[in-house]
Amino acid sequence: MADEKIIQFEVLRYRPEQDAEPVWQSYEVPFTDDMSVLQGLQYIKDNLDGSLSYRWSCRMAICGSCGMMVNDTPSLSCQTFLRDIYPEKVRVQALTHFPIERDLVIDLSDFVEKLESITPWIVPKEPRSLEDGEYLQTPKQLAQIEQFSSCINCMLCYAACPQYGLNNHFTGPGILALLHRYNADSRDGARNKRMEIVNSEDGVWGCTLVGYCSVVCPKDVDPANAVNRNKINSTMDFFTHFFRSEGDSK
Amino acid sequence: MSAPNSYVRPMKGWWLKHPFYLKYMIRESSALFVTVYALILLRGLWCLVEGPDAYAGWLEALTNPGLIAFHFLAMLLAAYHTGTWFAVSPKVVPHIYIGESRIPDAFITRIQYVIAIVCYLVLLVLVAGV
Repeated sequence: MADEKIIQFEVLRYRPEQDAEPVWQSYEVPFTDDMSVLQGLQYIKDNLDGSLSYRWSCRMAICGSCGMMVNDTPSLSCQTFLRDIYPEKVRVQALTHFPIERDLVIDLSDFVEKLESITPWIVPKEPRSLEDGEYLQTPKQLAQIEQFSSCINCMLCYAACPQYGLNNHFTGPGILALLHRYNADSRDGARNKRMEIVNSEDGVWGCTLVGYCSVVCPKDVDPANAVNRNKINSTMDFFTHFFRSEGDSK
Repeated sequence: MSAPNSYVRPMKGWWLKHPFYLKYMIRESSALFVTVYALILLRGLWCLVEGPDAYAGWLEALTNPGLIAFHFLAMLLAAYHTGTWFAVSPKVVPHIYIGESRIPDAFITRIQYVIAIVCYLVLLVLVAGV
């Protein structure tokens, strides 16, 4: 290829069977202007070092699998292009604030456990039979949730959130944004149950509004907005709980 | 449950690792300077209650070059904090709609600058008119 250039990759390797702690390893990768960081890693795996481990799937910023730190910024490696980094080096490491399982593969069990905990589905406010028809929504009701339903669980916001890095009991931006997506849905009836998570010590009050989560989000979900507007909801919930009957949630 | 043998990277010095975090820490630490400024002002009010001599003494103490430098720094940091707050304020409010269209975040930030400028102008007129 006539327009082929060489870019230097530095990858933080961690192979638990041989490394006590992660080590940087360099590779020289030929690239063309249409190649992403993910394609650079695929070149390394196919041609230079088959032992390199990383997650990927769709290659088009939909699946959320290939999140990693590219030059210290949480990024989807499939939509970060080598032409935008060259002639600088590409320094790649696993998403920060998560344990490294191997090379660029993080241990996401904490995220998945938190995701399961928020009842991440619509619990119908009024159960309807098939004969009753669909659960209808107006365009305005859809607009309340549409942005927050765009989350692809890529976890870049967690890598951007120092509060999660300092205390991983904090529920974190992405999960709280998803929680808001269901709580704000006009068809949902499980708000009170989810508010227990919002109000808890590790809920929205663990956020200090660093705001970087919304900057790195590849889908413009704006998790910082979801988290911080729920501080208002949590405050309202605290004051109104004095007037609610027994059995209603905190 | 975490995978066995997974490696957790240390957080030491995290706020120096990205300019965004450093700006955040400056925003947060500006509160310390504003607190000290407020305490100095409170001391002034206390002196005002104590009498003219005490108040004159407080005013005299404020002419200390170190205190002038501190007030200048506190003013810069308070201005910086205000700017960052205006920038992040769209994050803390629910989406606002006029009819069917949502008010953009940038508008919420800009309108606060407009309100602040109007307030300062009114204050300036009031102070100049005294």
